[in-house]
Amino acid sequence: MRLTTASGRRLVAGIPILWLLVLFLIPFIIVFRISFSEVRLAIPPYTPLLSWRHGSPVLQLHWSAYEFLFTDPLYVSSYLYSLKVAAVSTLCCLGLGYPMAYAIARSDAAMRPVLLMLIVLPFWTSFLLRVYAWIGLLKNNGVINNVLMYLGVIHHPLALLQTDFAVYIGIVYSYLPFMILPLYANLEKHDGTLLEAAADLGARPLRAFVRVTLPQSLAGIVAGSLLVFIPAVGEYVIPTLLGRTDQIMIGRVLSDEFFENRDWPVASAVAIVILLLLVVPIMLFQRLERRELEAAR
Amino acid sequence: MRARGLFTRTALVLGLMFLYLPILSMIVFSFNNSRLVTVWDTAHSPTLKWYLALMGNEQILRAAWLSIRIALISASAAVVLGTLAGMALARLGAFRGRMLLAGMTTAPIVMPEVITGLSLLLLFVAMQQLIGWPKGVGAVTITLAHITFCMAYVTVVVQSRLSGFDEALEEAAMDLGARPLRVFLRITLPLILPAIASGWLLAFTLSWDDLVITQFVAGPGSSTLPMVIFSKVRFGVTPDVNALATIMVLIVATGIAISTAWMRYRQQRRVRDLQLAAAANL
Repeated sequence: MRLTTASGRRLVAGIPILWLLVLFLIPFIIVFRISFSEVRLAIPPYTPLLSWRHGSPVLQLHWSAYEFLFTDPLYVSSYLYSLKVAAVSTLCCLGLGYPMAYAIARSDAAMRPVLLMLIVLPFWTSFLLRVYAWIGLLKNNGVINNVLMYLGVIHHPLALLQTDFAVYIGIVYSYLPFMILPLYANLEKHDGTLLEAAADLGARPLRAFVRVTLPQSLAGIVAGSLLVFIPAVGEYVIPTLLGRTDQIMIGRVLSDEFFENRDWPVASAVAIVILLLLVVPIMLFQRLERRELEAAR
Repeated sequence: MRARGLFTRTALVLGLMFLYLPILSMIVFSFNNSRLVTVWDTAHSPTLKWYLALMGNEQILRAAWLSIRIALISASAAVVLGTLAGMALARLGAFRGRMLLAGMTTAPIVMPEVITGLSLLLLFVAMQQLIGWPKGVGAVTITLAHITFCMAYVTVVVQSRLSGFDEALEEAAMDLGARPLRVFLRITLPLILPAIASGWLLAFTLSWDDLVITQFVAGPGSSTLPMVIFSKVRFGVTPDVNALATIMVLIVATGIAISTAWMRYRQQRRVRDLQLAAAANL
């Protein structure tokens, strides 16, 4: 629709832009600003960047929050651990999600909406409660250990809860639909005749898959992986409920700095460094998303 | 070919079991008498006592009521803002700020929640210092935060629905002399209504469910349901939470069943209308 009235156009685009400027972009600038302050006992609990001395403004940039991040091993190890957990979980999600998306894309046309509905349905029930459900399954006297002991597979309960394994399970479980949906959207569009051509030319199924299907689905793989990886790096609920107590993820570090230590500058610096780590994946995701939406036109 | 079909199908079945096993276990153990949650007490189960305990839990009921009100307002406001943003991106062509708007509507979807939460709280604190509003944190700041992250999802849903439609219909109405507002009300709105409806439901669910962002922007008197649940389950499993989960699953399942039946009914009616029209033309 070509809105002819300029004021109408301005209103349609202007209202959401204004809203997001105030409640999405400016907040990041504030975080950035506070990360260069020092903590102090006052309201608000940080030093101002600009102060007036002898009638002229003085800019006071403090690097102490960042120095703190790079000298205390807790922060560096939390960042590395978060990247590792997010990467492993993303790979597991891909390993499970790809064949699932493939099976749905190849199933009868009548079955596809039902199967997709089954994938999305858990997403509509509370994320928090679904993560919580895994406590009951994984703990020492939980369902999995009880079943394994009943079957005689093990004689002592396995320590499953509060391990890396539990965090991987939790992330894969919560983010699986985000991996499957873009993969399915991609795989569904594939032209079956290409695979037939490959078969006619003598390619074995696996070779045909690697040479034909896999390269074609690359955009779906990247989109799904980014949708899992980026939020997983900053994940808070899953590692807090299921994860280790001796090694925490960076999202928890940020939250603890803010709520327990009340150190706003360090919490802000932690946020800025997470953003710096994620800026490339986020921009990649935006570019893919834009191309996808424009291709639909 | 056959072997791979078997492999992917097995993965699908196992994956679905993986998705539903935890939900099923919560439902089963919500009827368990034992406080130990995962040990089935055969003598006294099934029982409804955790459901009764839930109904008498003042704290949970109050939090649920607050969450419902916040989700209703947030979803409705997010739908308005998200529809505007989706229309601007899909229909306004190139305009100043397009890249900015596109970036600001996709970023919140993947942004780690701790960062969004922290930045919003710092904004509210700064605003309060500068203009004296909002006064403290609570239901108002939670709602503002929820509108912001929910509208990003609505934008994507509306934009992709609009992108799937030809602009010819709207242009035809324009050529026939309809004013922009009329074109929107008579042509565009009916076309994107399904997207708006699913966007609203999505926004409601996201707002109802959010914990991390809410924790940052909530005040002492404004505990939402996820906050109450989180503080309970952080220190172990509690049976009444299982009952709560079962009720939520039941509500969602009922909603899905009704909407599926409704869509099937409309589909059937359309087929019948088409047949009648075809018969009339003969």
